[in-house]
Amino acid sequence: MMKTIKSIKLKSICILGLVLILAYGCERDLTDDAVLATFPTEGDIFTDAPVGLTDQFFRSFDPAAGANVNGFGVDDGVAYEGTSSIRIDVPVPNDPEGGFIGGVFEDRGDGRDLTGYDALTFWAKGSTTALIGTVGFGDNLEENDYVVTLNDLQLSTDWRKYIIPMPDPSKLTQEKGMFLFSAGTNSTGGMGFTFWIDELRFENLGTIGQERPQIFNGEDIVQEAFIGSSIAISDIGYKVNLPSGTNQTVNASSNYFSFITSDPAVAIISEEGVVNIVGEGTATITARIGDLPAEGSLEVTASGPFPNAPVPMRDAANVVSLFSDAYSNVSVRHYNGFFGGSTTQGGAGSDPNNVDIQAQFSDGTPDNIINYTSLNFVSIGTYETVPLVNISAMTHLHVDINVRETVDPSDFIRLSLESGTGIGSTSFGSFIVNSTALNNIDANGWVSLDVPLSSFSGFSDPANLGQLFFVSDNTIADIWVDNVYFYNE
Amino acid sequence: MKNIKSNTLFRVKCLVALMIFTTMFTNCDPDETQEVAKLNNLVMQDEFDVDGVPNPSMWTYDIGDGTAEGIPGWGNNELQYYTARPENVNVENGVLVITAREESFEGASYTSARLTTQNLFERQYGRFEARIKLPWGKGLWPAFWLLGNDCDQNPWPQCGEIDIMEYLGDSPTIVFGSAHGPGYNAGDAITKEYELENDRFDTGFHVFGIEWSPNRINYYVDDVLYQSITPSVVEEEAVVDGGPENAGEWVFNRPFYIIMNIAVGGNLPGAPNAETVFPQRMLVDYVRVYN
Repeated sequence: MMKTIKSIKLKSICILGLVLILAYGCERDLTDDAVLATFPTEGDIFTDAPVGLTDQFFRSFDPAAGANVNGFGVDDGVAYEGTSSIRIDVPVPNDPEGGFIGGVFEDRGDGRDLTGYDALTFWAKGSTTALIGTVGFGDNLEENDYVVTLNDLQLSTDWRKYIIPMPDPSKLTQEKGMFLFSAGTNSTGGMGFTFWIDELRFENLGTIGQERPQIFNGEDIVQEAFIGSSIAISDIGYKVNLPSGTNQTVNASSNYFSFITSDPAVAIISEEGVVNIVGEGTATITARIGDLPAEGSLEVTASGPFPNAPVPMRDAANVVSLFSDAYSNVSVRHYNGFFGGSTTQGGAGSDPNNVDIQAQFSDGTPDNIINYTSLNFVSIGTYETVPLVNISAMTHLHVDINVRETVDPSDFIRLSLESGTGIGSTSFGSFIVNSTALNNIDANGWVSLDVPLSSFSGFSDPANLGQLFFVSDNTIADIWVDNVYFYNE
Repeated sequence: MKNIKSNTLFRVKCLVALMIFTTMFTNCDPDETQEVAKLNNLVMQDEFDVDGVPNPSMWTYDIGDGTAEGIPGWGNNELQYYTARPENVNVENGVLVITAREESFEGASYTSARLTTQNLFERQYGRFEARIKLPWGKGLWPAFWLLGNDCDQNPWPQCGEIDIMEYLGDSPTIVFGSAHGPGYNAGDAITKEYELENDRFDTGFHVFGIEWSPNRINYYVDDVLYQSITPSVVEEEAVVDGGPENAGEWVFNRPFYIIMNIAVGGNLPGAPNAETVFPQRMLVDYVRVYN
């Protein structure tokens, strides 16, 4: 779709150019190429039946990923207006046919011109006051350049009208993704429920106001960065005031936004909304939709290339890695469990190639770094959703740590290994890295630790490693972590 | 709000039908010219074309939180302290700007402004009209209204109040017009909402006005007449039980003066909440009076 739109833009520029030529020279005729394609402007999606949708009507998300294809239908006994509504039965999580329901409605033609509308609206009610996980438009499972979603839609047991604002309808000249939804039972504690949708359409309400595009949730972020590193522009949204007087924020594709850097010699921004640091200095990244400036910004200061940790040289055959760009890593449950009592930030998720800092080595290959901040304790977990890790053939733990603050004499980081996590019988052993050890750094500020597993007294079941803890008890708040692996020497 | 809604007598479509009927009937009514004002002779105007302090020969200010007037919170538990500082009232780029701010000031948490024409422009009957863009957000309560000029001698509500436009920032498509007098005031005022169908009051300018003649006050927004208050309406609606002896008296046959303000918080709008954005501005393009 992106390509088509681009070509249309080119065509319209072409028309302008040709018109100018005609006006000034009157030497050429408009070619067929210059005809601006237009698409149907139908706004209705479902009234008592689907309007202009594919025969399939509902295209489910992938059943292999747990989507239940059986809970969708038209209910001729329930309607907000007319005779029928869409009925969606949300399955229980352990339903053998699939634990959630979701999918898209697709235009049956080449897409619609939605530039004359300002919102997707519908009426809905639920069998209980559950939340619908996601509703939106702009995705037909093939293209989602202009996807917009609203999370956690609150159902009522009576009909209510819902409004999903459109961030920049001028972009939607040929949209195929008419509607999308996804619903599970998170909000009902695993109890299945039913909801109905009726009078689903794009509308020009005129009653949506105070539009505020947002990046970084509307916050002004200040961040240190390094040449060669990149930072994704996150939490991209569009906040409006509804006619009811309440504010609503939807998630919006970065393609609605244009991004601006105050200094392209320091930071440039890709079309996908990724900030790439290209030089030393400070740059501020801002954004806008059309003429509307976005709330939120990113101020990055880059002082030079990223100070990489030493590159591991050990033979991969003798290594079990939890987090390193030098080795294949075992599957982890998390790089931060965000446990109760933990203040630690950073390390979200389980993808070693998508953590806090994405820097580069001098050869341009990626160097991923975990950055734990507000550290008191945190773990890398290998249990529950992933197999426990067998390190019984290994002799040492290696970890590189870069403390991003002054190390005081009483500061420490305690490393702990736990086995058997989640299977009943656990063992636990710790090794303390004191301030002297933490000050033993290389030119880039890294401490490279090689700790014999025998030093983790009490850790007795290396065949079933479940967690590696980093504990500072608030003595040290901000660390980089890289190359966390076990090896046999 | 419930009171206001329950007093909503007609929807707009219905009103249009009523107007047609009224026209049909009043065509045969010899008193028609005295009942419906059609006033186009300009007698006062401020176009706010000169930047800076509003014209002092036309506008004065109520200052403070109402304590000096004996009504702390201006009788409604409002939260703002009114000032005449340019931060709260100023003419900029051809419009009057009334700004409500969140700031500690003289013991209050909010500041705002309230302009009046008391002792400067007071008038009986006429078409009073202003073109205004309104603020938004929970707790904002702007108004364009008239007060009888004898409230010193005949305390409110006996002196009468005509609210040409009131609005609550968390209902951005709705304004309401009201009349207050003995037996019909505060929660029992004669009032009616007007709702925009495809637009809002905080995203563009709209015209708010009344045509006030001896026995009728007609309320309009832009080109839509939405309410007509007459002595018989007042008599019918006034609360007699437990009300004053003269409940339902028509108190709108004397000069009134103009007030424009943004109140913050208070009984009607409730306090601002975490989502309310400050500062908030009410922009007035013009105020005009015709007879």
